[in-house]
Amino acid sequence: MSGPPMSRANARQPGFWPLAIVFGLFVLFLYGPMLTIFVLSFQGPEGGLVFPMRGVSLHWFVKLAEGIGVVDIWAAFRRSLKLGLVVAALTIVLSVLASLAFRKQLRGGNALFLITVASLIMPSIIVSLGLGLQFRLLDTGLKSLLEWLEWTDLLEGFGTSMGLYTSALAAHLTWTLPFGLLIMFAVFNRFDPAYEEAARDLGATPWQAFRHVVLPLIGASVVGVGMFGFTLSWDEIARSSQAIGDLNTLPLELQGLTTTVTTPVVYALGTVTTVVSFGVIGLTIGLIALLRWRRKD
Amino acid sequence: MERVRRSLIEPNSLPAWVQAGPFALVFLFFFIVPLVLIVAVSFWDFNEYELLPAFTPKNYLQIFEGCSKVDDLCTTVRTYLSTLKFCGLVWLVTLVLGFAVAYFLAFHIRSSNTQTLLFIVCTIPFWTSNVIRMISWVPLLGRNGLINKGLIGAGLVDKPIEWLLFSDFSVVLALVHLYTLFMIVPIFNSMMRIDRSLLEAARDAGASGWQTLWNVVVPLSRSGILIGSIFVITIVMGDFVTIGVMGGQQIASVGKMIQVQTSYLQFPIAAANAVILLALVLMIIWALTRLVDIRREL
Repeated sequence: MSGPPMSRANARQPGFWPLAIVFGLFVLFLYGPMLTIFVLSFQGPEGGLVFPMRGVSLHWFVKLAEGIGVVDIWAAFRRSLKLGLVVAALTIVLSVLASLAFRKQLRGGNALFLITVASLIMPSIIVSLGLGLQFRLLDTGLKSLLEWLEWTDLLEGFGTSMGLYTSALAAHLTWTLPFGLLIMFAVFNRFDPAYEEAARDLGATPWQAFRHVVLPLIGASVVGVGMFGFTLSWDEIARSSQAIGDLNTLPLELQGLTTTVTTPVVYALGTVTTVVSFGVIGLTIGLIALLRWRRKD
Repeated sequence: MERVRRSLIEPNSLPAWVQAGPFALVFLFFFIVPLVLIVAVSFWDFNEYELLPAFTPKNYLQIFEGCSKVDDLCTTVRTYLSTLKFCGLVWLVTLVLGFAVAYFLAFHIRSSNTQTLLFIVCTIPFWTSNVIRMISWVPLLGRNGLINKGLIGAGLVDKPIEWLLFSDFSVVLALVHLYTLFMIVPIFNSMMRIDRSLLEAARDAGASGWQTLWNVVVPLSRSGILIGSIFVITIVMGDFVTIGVMGGQQIASVGKMIQVQTSYLQFPIAAANAVILLALVLMIIWALTRLVDIRREL
């Protein structure tokens, strides 16, 4: 038997190569398919959904820019982008605040934590159905209220309370907030409270201690929470599906397109959304690096 | 005491309940209330136009209508069994694969920078679109896809294999592709907490590699395995997007059944199905935690 993993022995442990091969195949399995549709989205105008490539062109991106059939894909793109930013901002603010509360004595803290974890592992179709039901019942209630008040003008104009910034936002938050809170827990588990105490001893107000001491120390993780919020929202389907109202988000449109569109234009759309995801990940890593670098100064 | 001390030190600090308030309210209004509504509405009546508040078991009875025969299973039971089958298969594959990958990262990679890098390589696809990751299998698995062309080219088969795409196989493949990460992260996390000297002790005591793995590493990774399993099982039990897209909208699942019933505005029946699904999922989780505890007792 060779040495323990942390020893300086150069010989690989038995089992290294078989597992290295498994790992390599797993990475290929993860990235291979994505790579094929990236390549195929540059398919020539005559090309189809599968190989071979019939020329290389931006044809399908041009088609995408013109819109896909009756679906206004760019409106959906903008809607998802805006919703993602709102979700990211709310996820940061709410989970950082809540994690600060958990560091103090929080009555009902255990129950709140259990509920948060339950929301994370609850099958999404159940959450979605519940929210759809809730907002429909709310609609019924609002309509009868307006009838009772005899506000006929409002009543005629009233469609539904379901929408992007009501039910869909709620659906996304039930998915992103648990991730946000768990990340902040991991951060504060490794956080030395001595820094804060020092700040307080020097006469800082709680806000000053948070703003000038705690926030710079946890800044990188807060950026990470924001990235989780945005990317999870950007791709979310299951929870918003039954609670979206009249206007779909981009992934919901995309899910519909998989059955109706039979040209590489759907791959072009895939490449564009993946580029946005990667852009956000890159931006996050850049921001985190910047924050670390500024902290060193 | 603690509270008094804190409030003396932090005269202007916001109380904890104010800080946790907005977070808690989101879950109260958009998680707890909807769940309560599901349970309540599952006992309601309905017609073509509206939901009628009532207390009737007829939605549950309708779901299990004709299910008393043993030889000829009804649609509901068949759907549940099919969903359980997917769940079991995906759980088994993600567990073995996730454990192997986590083990490799935790015990075979010695430099912590390499470890972080490889870990990030595994997590990045998680942040990209699931639907895109599903349809990215089409050019590989389709009738004229890369795999069929390769097999025909190599002379291994005469005509394209049909069961590669829009089949049970492609559903399991896509689910494994999407959710193995949910196994890797918690198992890796528990493995990193294992004291390395325990492995050394096992070796010194004469344990073989497999014995160390089975008697030391697996029991100590228990919580990670449990968390990963709960994640994967709850996701697959409620899935309707992956089964829909990768099954060519032809394969039934509990999640899909609920989705279809909702789209026909049969909310009370969908709600009753959701209650049954939730009960089933809770039972599986309970059984898992028992299983794990019993292992520790033995």
